[in-house]
Parts: sequence; structure tokens; C-alpha cells
Amino acid sequence: MLYLQLFWTYLKIGSFTLGGGYVMLPMIEREVVDRRRWIDSEEYLNMIALAQAAPGLIAVNSAIFIGWRVGGWRGVIATVLGAVLPSFVIILAIAILFQDYHQYPAVEAVFKGVRPAVVALIAAPLCRMARSAKITWTTALVPIAGALLIWLVGLSPVWIIITTVVATLLYTYLNERKQR
Amino acid sequence: MIFLQLFLSFLKIGLFGFGGGLAILSLIQHEVESHGWMTSEQFVDIVAVSQVTPGPIGINCATYVGFTATNSVWGSVIATSAIVLPSLVIMLLLCKLYFVLNARFQRSIYFQQTMRMLRFSVLGLIAAAALCLMTPVSFIDWRSWVIFVVVSVLTIAPQYIQMTDSNGKNAIYLLRKSVQIISHPIILIVLAGLVGYFIYA
Repeated sequence: MLYLQLFWTYLKIGSFTLGGGYVMLPMIEREVVDRRRWIDSEEYLNMIALAQAAPGLIAVNSAIFIGWRVGGWRGVIATVLGAVLPSFVIILAIAILFQDYHQYPAVEAVFKGVRPAVVALIAAPLCRMARSAKITWTTALVPIAGALLIWLVGLSPVWIIITTVVATLLYTYLNERKQR
Repeated sequence: MIFLQLFLSFLKIGLFGFGGGLAILSLIQHEVESHGWMTSEQFVDIVAVSQVTPGPIGINCATYVGFTATNSVWGSVIATSAIVLPSLVIMLLLCKLYFVLNARFQRSIYFQQTMRMLRFSVLGLIAAAALCLMTPVSFIDWRSWVIFVVVSVLTIAPQYIQMTDSNGKNAIYLLRKSVQIISHPIILIVLAGLVGYFIYA
């Protein structure tokens, strides 16, 4: 019964949230904290911190946290399946049905209009994200260098992530030692 | 063989994908284009479909790429499991650690600094995803640029509109409300699709 509830809750979160992880957060809070009372608001904030700190998709990470906290291993299976299945089924159906969508001039015309809009939807949130990350002229060099290395040099984004983590840890370590 | 490559690629994406859906896009793009599983045109299209269908963008992309690369449902199953697997291991580890250490590691200077710097480099990853998609395939003529600018402005506008004070002036209030409604990603994609249909069909 509990596992079914866990599965059902995340199935709902997975099927009614359009647009990815950050849109899902308010819905997750409503379902998990207000309705089911599986965790309280303070734990919710900790969960978000963990879900963002760990690699991977934020919605899936939160599903793993709640599943583990409420129902252990089986809980994790229930919540992750719930979070993943709606996307999986819908996209698979689209992939199978529209394999040759380029053949239809009408569909192709629609996509011609949609493509630049998609690029804008990826680029435009950068303004807000840069502000909330409290970026300065010096720290702006990090994303600018990263973007240019990926775009012009063709470096894998993986290296940007690895370099960031290693360089920050090293820098912090040296800084700490200097202060002692 | 292709199944193994698919598995390893999405494992890598799951392991290094920090910062949510948009940041993961640049990793996915790098993998699918370097393996030749998709053209950059197909990639933009699947991002568009992901924006108007429910669920995390990463899962949507994994499922779609898995199917188109192998032409089999198993490709989707493998890619989707692979992108979730690193999360599963690391999140469970963090959960255990978290309950044992009582969130002490969250206050550690190493953790905080790394998270802060990752936020900055993630911005670069997102910018790279947008730059890599600014190809002649997506931007076929000047009308594409008009769509790009209008959608960008509508996406950024609501944050600034909210700052102005509403003194019950109905016309302004209505205008603001309508900008807020239109600026939803799904509505913008649908509108762009309609515009595309009328000017290119």
C-alpha cells in the first residue's frame, strides 16, 4: 500500500510537470510535504540541496531521496519508476509514431518555427540563473571560458565539470592551509 | 555493441550531469553528435518535444536517443536506465552519509565552494548548448532570428515586469498578466510552431 502510494505520487509528479526539474519542485513540495507529510519543510530543503548536489536529474534524485526515506529499497524502486515511466512511455510513443516526420512538409514547417524558439528557451534563462548565482565580472570568466571551450574547441562538458571540481578543491585546500 | 556504447554514454551523462535539465543538454548533445546517433537538427527537435511533453528533459532525451540510435525499444530502456544509475548510487550514498553525519558535510567549506563554482560552470554548459545549436540548420533565415529574439524577450520579461508596482490600473495589469501567461515555455513553443506553419508551409 505504501509502495503503491509512493509510486502513484511520483507518477503524478512525472506526468503533470512540463518543462523539467525546476518546474517540478513546487509540485514535489505540495505532494510530499503538504499532502502526504512524508517529510517536513526543513527536510524538504535538505532534500533539494542533496538533489542538486548529486549529479543527475533533480526530479529523479528527489524521487530516490523520498523513496529511501519512506520505504527503503522498495520505496526507491517505486518512486523512480513513477518518476521515469510517464516520460518514457510518451516519448517512446512519439519516437515510434513519428520516425519519418521530416517527410511531412507541414511538420517540417512547424519545426522550422520551433527550432529558434528552443534555442531561445535554453539561452534566455541564463540571465536569471546568472543573477541568482550572484555572478561577478571575475567569476563570469568561468562560464565564458567553459562555453567557448565546448563550443569552439569541441571539448567535452565532462572535462569542464571535472576541472571545476578538482581546481576548487585544490584551491580551497591551499587557502585553508595558508590560513593556519 | 551499439547498446554498450549507448549504455556507457548515458552513464557518463548521468554521472557528470550537474545542475539540472538544461545543463545536461550540452552533455547529451556532445555524446549523441560525436557518436553520430543524431544530427543537430534532430537534437533540437527532440529538445522541443521534451519541452512540450511532461517529465524531466534528461529522461525524454535518453528515451528518444535510445530508440532512434538502435531502432529498438531496448535502446530506450538501456539509455534511460544508464542515465538514472549514477544518481541511484550517489544519492543513496549521500542519503546514508547525510543521516549519519547529520548534514555536517553540507557546512564543510570544501562542499560549499565546490557547489558555488559548479553553479558558475553550469552556466557555461548551458550557454554552450545554446551556442552549439545556433547553426544554419536551426536558423534558416532572418525570420528565425525574429522568433529567437521575441521568445528570448518574452522569457526574460516577466522577471522585470514584476518589479513595477500595480496600482490597480487594469490595462497594465492585464498586459502584465498576459505576458506572464504567454511566457510559459509550452505556450511559446506552440506559438512558434504555429508561426512556422504559416510562414514556411
